[in-house]
Amino acid sequence: MSHAEDHEGTRRDFLYYAAAGAGVVTTGAAVWPMVNQMNPSADVRALSTIRVDVSGVAPGTQLTVKWLGKPVFIRHRTEDEIAEAQQQEEAFAAGQNVVDTNARNANLADSSAPATDANRTLPSPEGQPAQAWLVQMGVCTHLGCVPLGNAGEFGGWFCPCHGSHYDLAGRIRKGPAPENLPVPPAEWVDDSTILLG
Amino acid sequence: MAGIPHDHYEPKTGGEKWLHSRLPIVGLLYDTIMIPTPKNLNWMWIWGIVLTFCLVLQIATGVVLVMHYTPHVDLAFASIEHIMRNVNGGHFIRYLHMNGASLFFVAVYAHIFRGLYYGSYKAPREVTWIIGMLIYLCMMGTAFMGYVLPWGQMSFWGATVITGLFGAIPFIGEPIQTWLLGGPAVDNATLNRFFSLHYLLPMVIAALVALHIWAFHTTGNNNPTGVEVRRGSKAEAEKDTVPFWPYYVIKDLLALAVILAVFFAIVGFMPNYLGHPDNYIEANPLATPAHIVPEWYFLPFYAILRAFTSDVWLVQLASFVTGGIIDAKFFGVLAMFGAIIVMALAPWLDTSSVRSGRYRPMFKWWFWLLVIDFFALMWLGAMPAEEPYASFSLIASAYWFAYFLVILPLLGVIEKPLPQPDTIEADFDAHYPPKDEAKGAGAATPAE
Repeated sequence: MSHAEDHEGTRRDFLYYAAAGAGVVTTGAAVWPMVNQMNPSADVRALSTIRVDVSGVAPGTQLTVKWLGKPVFIRHRTEDEIAEAQQQEEAFAAGQNVVDTNARNANLADSSAPATDANRTLPSPEGQPAQAWLVQMGVCTHLGCVPLGNAGEFGGWFCPCHGSHYDLAGRIRKGPAPENLPVPPAEWVDDSTILLG
Repeated sequence: MAGIPHDHYEPKTGGEKWLHSRLPIVGLLYDTIMIPTPKNLNWMWIWGIVLTFCLVLQIATGVVLVMHYTPHVDLAFASIEHIMRNVNGGHFIRYLHMNGASLFFVAVYAHIFRGLYYGSYKAPREVTWIIGMLIYLCMMGTAFMGYVLPWGQMSFWGATVITGLFGAIPFIGEPIQTWLLGGPAVDNATLNRFFSLHYLLPMVIAALVALHIWAFHTTGNNNPTGVEVRRGSKAEAEKDTVPFWPYYVIKDLLALAVILAVFFAIVGFMPNYLGHPDNYIEANPLATPAHIVPEWYFLPFYAILRAFTSDVWLVQLASFVTGGIIDAKFFGVLAMFGAIIVMALAPWLDTSSVRSGRYRPMFKWWFWLLVIDFFALMWLGAMPAEEPYASFSLIASAYWFAYFLVILPLLGVIEKPLPQPDTIEADFDAHYPPKDEAKGAGAATPAE
């Protein structure tokens, strides 16, 4: 068969490409649902926001709730802790044990906001002292362990796995963890309910 | 099938001929089992049979365990206790399955290091080697996912840490991690898919094992001399080989019996010795065990994963060159997978034309250092991530890469190998001088 004057050749080529193209599209259409079924299902996605009643969280205590399968620490600070957190912020600003200077707060419009105490805490409801509430993920930024509260050299959180010390504002101050504990999207629905997510 | 000349199956009866002309399966089995095998194989060639046994053991016990296990976060842990306490003989079947995984890895590591010492990875056996590495990867995936199924604390947190490795991939890491887990964290979706894949992967392994055997039956086995079987004629080949059945089957079964005596002693008397007590505490996403330690067979690579911290100059260089895309966490992940990739590339990294380490005076020392290095990494992987272990891990990891990337390529150039025997027969006769010539029929050896 000669290709030089074979007009059917171009038609045949077209058929080859069309068939191959259809095959690729069909395969893709068949494979994608098989891949996508592994993504989070509707019921998992539905739990991406939760309301937490914090009326029972007295000053000086911490509530741990599960959100998106991970623990969230909701810390109600006492007046003394707020004062101590101010001192820690001064030491932090002076450059002592600084690891991560980013606030890591999903609620701030500026993603590079500095890790001040005000930027880390949740704005308090009316009538409560400022910076009384700290909401943060309870997942160590090193390898994902759950840090222990009221522990470590800075009185905040301490990760038992590889020895990361977090201060009262959840900033990493010492140890292998690279980042401050992230603050999830959180806001007050009313004076005693926090909406996470 | 094999390149070594030997007798093939000839159907004799009418029934055999009828089947053979329709499906030559008996012939395939006959040729496989009667494969001419070098007659000088030493005891390090038994691990293939041990591995085959392990695969069958794990599939058989696994199929039975699935009859009683429930893959749901609320029920999985209880169903394991149900197996342990209520199911007839369930505790023993589960202990067999648990420790069977350990035996599997003991055997695969011995098998791999056998191949590394005797140059079994070299041409023409590269494909056998690569398939072997794929089997090893599948084994690791299967073992990891199997360990998650009991839904104990170590299951949960091991799964969290290991799937977190995928989150370290730049840009696409977090969507991939979410996709793998089926949610933002390890949960019921994760448990279910791990259960499915834990059942699937052994079938993939079985298929790869068939390819592995097919490949080395095509090239013929390597042997301790690394010298090829003579293939000029059937008579010549028979001087270098014996058929696999019955010679090696009997030998391998003896070795298997000895190994199983030790194995059953462990299963019977100390079944939890290789496990972690934390895994008998039900998974709790809100509390982390004090030490997250992988199973012993992952420790060498876990040590490599942790070795490359942000204060290592190589990590800092990689971070600088890539503009921060490769950070310490991702570097560690790359190093861990890289450690297996460099091993898989050994056929092309080793420049020496001599196969067997027996005739490589310098190679021997580096090889045994690699074995020590492997055990050192295993020990370091179980130690806390602090000094002095961190520095030791870094040195040991560096040697692992240096062996494959520097030493193997260089040795082929600078090393002066020892003389190799001309034939397998010559080596065999040197070890076992033929005493009474009258005994052997066709394989009697004339003086050379």
